[in-house]
Amino acid sequence: MSSIFSLTMLAESIRIAVPYACAAIGGVWAERAGVIQIGLEGILLTGAFTAVAVTHATHSPTLGLVAAIGAGITLSLGHGQLTERARVHAVISGIALNLLALAATRMGLRALYDSASNSPGIEAFRFGPTGATGGAMLLRVLADPVFFCALAAVAATPFVLRNTRFGLRVRAAGENPVAAASVGISVTRVRLAALAVSGAICALGGAHLAYDQQRFESGMSAGRGFIALAAVVVSGWRAGRAALACLVFGVLEALQIVLQDEVRKTAIGDLIQTLPYVATLLVLALAPRRAGAPEGLGKHAAP
Amino acid sequence: MAERSTPAASKLTVVTLVVSLAAAASTLLPARAEEPRPEGPHAKVRVGLVFDVGGRGDKSFNDAAYEGLSRAARELGVTTEVLEPSGAEDREAAMRLFAARGFDLVIGVGFIFSTDVNVVARDFPSTRFACIDYAPPMEGVMPPNVAGLRFREEEGSFLVGAVAGLMSKTGHVGFVGGMDIPLIRKFEAGYRAGVQEVCPRCEVHAAFAGTTPDAFRDPVKGKALANSEIAAGADVVYHAAGTTGHGVFEAARDMGVKAIGVDADQHDEMPGTVLTSMIKRGDVAVFDTIRDVAEGRFQAGLRTFGLAEGAVGYVDEGPHAAGIPEDTKRKVEALEQRVIRGEIKIPER
Repeated sequence: MSSIFSLTMLAESIRIAVPYACAAIGGVWAERAGVIQIGLEGILLTGAFTAVAVTHATHSPTLGLVAAIGAGITLSLGHGQLTERARVHAVISGIALNLLALAATRMGLRALYDSASNSPGIEAFRFGPTGATGGAMLLRVLADPVFFCALAAVAATPFVLRNTRFGLRVRAAGENPVAAASVGISVTRVRLAALAVSGAICALGGAHLAYDQQRFESGMSAGRGFIALAAVVVSGWRAGRAALACLVFGVLEALQIVLQDEVRKTAIGDLIQTLPYVATLLVLALAPRRAGAPEGLGKHAAP
Repeated sequence: MAERSTPAASKLTVVTLVVSLAAAASTLLPARAEEPRPEGPHAKVRVGLVFDVGGRGDKSFNDAAYEGLSRAARELGVTTEVLEPSGAEDREAAMRLFAARGFDLVIGVGFIFSTDVNVVARDFPSTRFACIDYAPPMEGVMPPNVAGLRFREEEGSFLVGAVAGLMSKTGHVGFVGGMDIPLIRKFEAGYRAGVQEVCPRCEVHAAFAGTTPDAFRDPVKGKALANSEIAAGADVVYHAAGTTGHGVFEAARDMGVKAIGVDADQHDEMPGTVLTSMIKRGDVAVFDTIRDVAEGRFQAGLRTFGLAEGAVGYVDEGPHAAGIPEDTKRKVEALEQRVIRGEIKIPER
C-alpha cells in the first residue's frame, strides 16, 4: 500500500497526466468557441514530431518547443479555415487532420532519418536531481519548462474564458453564434483566434510527450487526444475540471503500473491493465449526455 | 448542425481526404533501393525485408536484422529492398508486394509475421520466405518454402540475469517486457533463472507493457514501468521490449541506476547507463539465410540458434562492457560454459 500513496505515485501521475491535460485544455478552447475538434490527436502527434525534429536540427529544445507550438497553431488554424470559411463538416476535417498527422510524421521521419518509425535521440530539457527517491522524481517532473507552460495554460484558461473580453467573445461565439454576430462580433475571427490558442496548448502536450522520451516514435500519441476529448465532455467543457479528469486518468495509469508488478501472477493481472480505459468508459456512461455542451457547437453565425 | 454543403466546400472536403489518404498510402511505397545497384555473381538475387513493429532505427531487433541485410548487399552483392509497415493490415500486403514483384527471398522480421508468412508462402510457392522468431502453426504443417529462424533467448537472458544478480547492491532487479507473449516470457524466464543462480535472495520485479504489438513501441509506458520497478528498489533493469526499452533507459538514467539492453549492443543509446546488452544475432540469421539463397542451398524448416552456435550472448568485452567488473565476467563465463555443456537447464517460461 505504501507504494500507492507515495511521492513516486504523485510524480508519475503528474508526468503521465500532462499531455492529456494539454490536449484537453486545447479541446476546451476550440469547443467553447463552437468548433468541434476531434483533431487533438493529430496536433499532439505533430507537436511531438516538430519538437524533436527542430531540437535535433538546432540542438535547442527551446526552439523545438516554439516550433511545436507554431505547428500546432498552423494545424488548428487549418482546421478552422476548413470548418469556418469553407464550411467543411468539422468531424470530417478532424478525421483528415488526424490521418494527415499520422502519415505526414511518418513521411517526415523517413525523409529526415531514413526510418518511418523512430527518430534518433535528442537532448531535451533535463533539470532536477538524478536519483530514485520519490522526491527526486517529483522535482524532475516539476522543474520541466514544458510542464511549467502547461501548468500556466491550465491555470489561465478558466480565468481568461470567464473574466476577459476575449473570453466572453469566445463563449458568445460558442453559445450562440447568431446572437454574437448580431452584436457585431466577427464569429469567424473569434473562433480562429480561439483555435490558435487551442492548437498552441495542445502542441505543448505533444512536446512534453516527446521530450519526456527524448525522441519521437511514429504514432506515439497513442490515442491520448481522444481520451482528452472524453475528459472535455465529462467535465462539461470546463477547463479546470477537464484538467482534473486528466490527472485522475494519470493516477489510474500510474496505479495500473504499480499494481501490475504485484498482481501479475494472479488471474486479475490482465484486467488491471485495462483499469484506465474501463474508468473512462464508466465515467462516460454515467455522465449526463452533452451536459454543459456549448449550445452553438458546430453551428455557424450565417447559413 | 445544419449543413449547407456548397460545391466548393464538398470539393475541398474531397481534396482534403484525398491528400490525407495519399499521404497515408505513401508510407507503403517501397523505400529506394538501399545500395547502388550492385555488380557481381549474385546481383540478380533480390531480397525484400519487412520490418517489425519497432521499425527501422530501433537500435535493437530490427536494426540487427537490417545489419544482416546490409552485410549481404555489401559482401554478396545481392539487391535489397525494405518496407516498414505502418500497421497490422500492411504486414501481409508488404510481403505480398515483394513476392509479386518476383523477389527471390522475402524476410519478415519478428514473430508477428508467423501467420502472414504461412498465408503468403502458399500463394507464392516458388518464392522463398524467412521469418525471424517464427512460431510454427498450431495445426497443420509449415509451408515447404519457409525457413523459421528461432533463437534460444532464454540462454542469453540467463547470462545478463547473472550479471544483474551479481551487480545489484539492493537485491532487487527489474525486467520490462514488451508484449506479454510466450516469446517475451522466454526472456523473463531466462533472466529470472540467471538472477536466482547467482543470488537466490534477489527479488525480480517484472512487468509487461501490454498485450498488443504496440507494446513493443511504447517508450512512454516503458519509462513508467521502469520508474515503478526502480522506485521499488531495483538497481539493474533489463528490457525485452523493442523501442519501449528506450523509455527504460530514460528512467534508469534519471533514477541513477543501470539498464541492460537487448538484441543488439545498445550501449550507444545511453552510455554510462547501459551496462551491457543481451545479444541475439538476428543479423547472422538474416545473412546466413540470404547466403544460402544466393548459393542455391536454401533450407526450409525450423532452425534454432543458441549459445552453442554463438548466436546469443551478451556484450562482455571492450569499452561497452567497461562497467562490469572482471570478476563478474569470469563468473558469468563459467556459467556460460556450463550452459553450453548442458549442465544448466534454463526454463523457457
